[in-house]
Amino acid sequence: MDLSAINPILLVASLMVAATPILLAAVGELVAEKAGVLNLGVEGMMITGAICGFAIAVETGSPVMGFLAAAIGGALLSLIFGVLTQYLLSNQVATGLALTLFGLGFSSLIGQGYIGIKPPSTEKLDIPLLSDIPVLGPILFNHDLMVYVALALVAAVWAVLKFTRTGLILRAVGENHDAAHALGYKVVRVRLLAIMFGGGCAGLGGAYLSLIRVPQWTEGMTAGAGWIALAIVVFGSWRAGRVLLGAYLFGGVTVLQLNLQAAGMAIPVEYLSMSPYLITIAVLVIMSADKSRAALSAPACLGRVFHASS
Amino acid sequence: MTGTDLLTISGLTKAYPGVVANDDVSFSIKPGEVHALLGENGAGKSTLVKMIYGLVKPDSGTMQLHGQPFAPTEPRAARAAGVAMVFQHFSLFEALDVAENIALGMENPPPMRMLAKEILEVSETYGLPLDPYRLVGDLSAGERQRVEIIRCLLQNPRLFIMDEPTSVLTPQEVGILFDTLEQLKEEGTSILYISHKLEEIRTLCDSATILRLGKKVATCNPREETARAMAEMMVGTTLHQPERTPHATSDVALELKSLSIPSANPFGTSLKDVTLNVHRGEIVGIGGVAGNGQDELTAALSGEMPTAPRDIVFSGLPIGDLGPNARRRLGVLAAPEERLGHAAAPDMSLTENALLTGAIREKLSARGFLNWGATEAFANMIIADFDVRTPGPDNAARSLSGGNLQKFVIGREILQRPEVLVVNQPTWGVDAAAAADIRQALLDLASAGAAIIVISQDLDELMEIADRFAALNEGRLTKAVPAQGLTVDEIGLMMGGAHDMHEAQLHEDASGETAL
Repeated sequence: MDLSAINPILLVASLMVAATPILLAAVGELVAEKAGVLNLGVEGMMITGAICGFAIAVETGSPVMGFLAAAIGGALLSLIFGVLTQYLLSNQVATGLALTLFGLGFSSLIGQGYIGIKPPSTEKLDIPLLSDIPVLGPILFNHDLMVYVALALVAAVWAVLKFTRTGLILRAVGENHDAAHALGYKVVRVRLLAIMFGGGCAGLGGAYLSLIRVPQWTEGMTAGAGWIALAIVVFGSWRAGRVLLGAYLFGGVTVLQLNLQAAGMAIPVEYLSMSPYLITIAVLVIMSADKSRAALSAPACLGRVFHASS
Repeated sequence: MTGTDLLTISGLTKAYPGVVANDDVSFSIKPGEVHALLGENGAGKSTLVKMIYGLVKPDSGTMQLHGQPFAPTEPRAARAAGVAMVFQHFSLFEALDVAENIALGMENPPPMRMLAKEILEVSETYGLPLDPYRLVGDLSAGERQRVEIIRCLLQNPRLFIMDEPTSVLTPQEVGILFDTLEQLKEEGTSILYISHKLEEIRTLCDSATILRLGKKVATCNPREETARAMAEMMVGTTLHQPERTPHATSDVALELKSLSIPSANPFGTSLKDVTLNVHRGEIVGIGGVAGNGQDELTAALSGEMPTAPRDIVFSGLPIGDLGPNARRRLGVLAAPEERLGHAAAPDMSLTENALLTGAIREKLSARGFLNWGATEAFANMIIADFDVRTPGPDNAARSLSGGNLQKFVIGREILQRPEVLVVNQPTWGVDAAAAADIRQALLDLASAGAAIIVISQDLDELMEIADRFAALNEGRLTKAVPAQGLTVDEIGLMMGGAHDMHEAQLHEDASGETAL
């Protein structure tokens, strides 16, 4: 085994790339769950975003158009979930699971003609001066735009939830939908918008996989990334900062184990492959072990059906 | 109806499928008047105020505010017109702090820091101390109500609607609330005060509108009417007063020995060092403001929350670690507070519900097979003995009215001949006639020799049936004292007085207190 083949700078730089899809999906799901909606369809929305983004990027030749299409595709798919759960009052868990199954099947249907094609490449930003700084330059300032978009999104979600009235209303709806309704807030509308935001983010995350990280289209290519995003939201106690931490931890272990595989470590590959999932969950579970505090940050109406009957 | 009235309501009607909630209701409120809206549960009080607050749209009828037509389509419009409302079940968000909760109830809230300052100012002016940065989940029921009231006051309302505001308060806190309302009234704000507590209304209100089954039956001056006369207008018949038959109490049936258990709910109250003896033939009433450990105590007594074996002793047997079924076998039965979902399964029939708790003592199952014939007979017996109004035992529990289902739930336990019976809020949300029947049944059960613990927030009820009284306050139980001869002040102090108030002020308010 040759550990010297692992370059720490490259490792940290690729960590950010590996974490971005999950980070995007998780921050979207965070917003939906803060509004009281448990959408288990993240995986389905991600893979739908992956194929929508891939197909449009290939057809138009523009990765930017691809990402836009991915966000719209994910949001539209989540709108199905929104209508079913918010207007037709279906069970959120069952509907979310169905959405994942639907998304997986639907994406492979669209993706028939796109297997084995290379998408137009997304350029790295290569910020002048900053990216020339030794060590920090390649780690922080030599990425594609989406890495920064994802980080900006996390910061924006954190600030909106904490400091703005919009965020306060969103949290109020997730905390006690009956009280929010009694005060005259549009519970269903707020939730629909939150669901669509979550869908859009998941779509972006999927497109990041198919356009930048892999980059090509294969069926089922999200490979559980949506589920890990869901887990990160819950074990990150519904806080933007912890979601960021969880996503980067997952990305970090993923990249590390790939490097270890390449370096020929004497552990069966299967164990290395499962390590990112195990380690991320274990760390977040330990962090959220204080039950009373975790229960405080959980939106009290999460997953509950709202009907303005009284 | 003159032009000087603040709010005039004429001919308001609202029907829901199967029931007319309000039928042609008219009345008016003058500026600076405290107007009571009286009626039993289901009389249509809540629907009426929801129409005024814009939450429900009337089918027909009109409202006028300041002589202008007033038809709010949403609460926002009502608030903009100067109507504010404090809800019966608080519309608060437990995981948010006081200032955030208040901001949510305002149209254009100032920045948080300014708002916190305003909250402090208003709370000082009206004698309602409140820390803007505390989480609402950590506040007592009385403090939560202050949050709601301050939220309304910050909008300078012309009409202030309060829906059953005193049901969650200690007598001292009621005194403080009434002082605040008096002050508001002097400033010219009108108050629409909804309650079914008649003495309160006689102390506070200038006029009263009485509703029965959705119709207005009378408008009167509550200071000139007796409580009994108003009660009969509310109910429409003369009330039957439960009677106690004098009987002796004998040996101790149930003992709680320094029972301490943590609550399962993050905002619940842990029980601390609860000690109590209950004798056969005795009813012990446990009062206290909601959320002071009532649910935890019920769970510990019923066996839902196991404790150390010797913490709970029944006739010398340690039963603390036994589950509900093992306790039922011994004769320790319980009827929890929540009728739908806890005491009864809403979508199951009355027969099935009778089986759920009666299977063991009534021997309704054998070798894992159910005896439906015997079960139905048992259900029919409950229905007949307790006058449950239902077409038959095959109806779902959900289809019964609150009072009827409560009679069924209590009757189901009483007919199993309990040696110890624990009931939590036996008449909550039950009409006066059914409540009287339930109280009578409990009194009869006690005189037959059972030991009974009644946990209730209705102090009148406890004074009516309990032999001894104890109060829960923040998870601690006071010593049980004979109920007869207890004064309102003494009860209030047992319940913890006014949370968070200064001694002197408390004393002053308590001395002026008459309402209960």
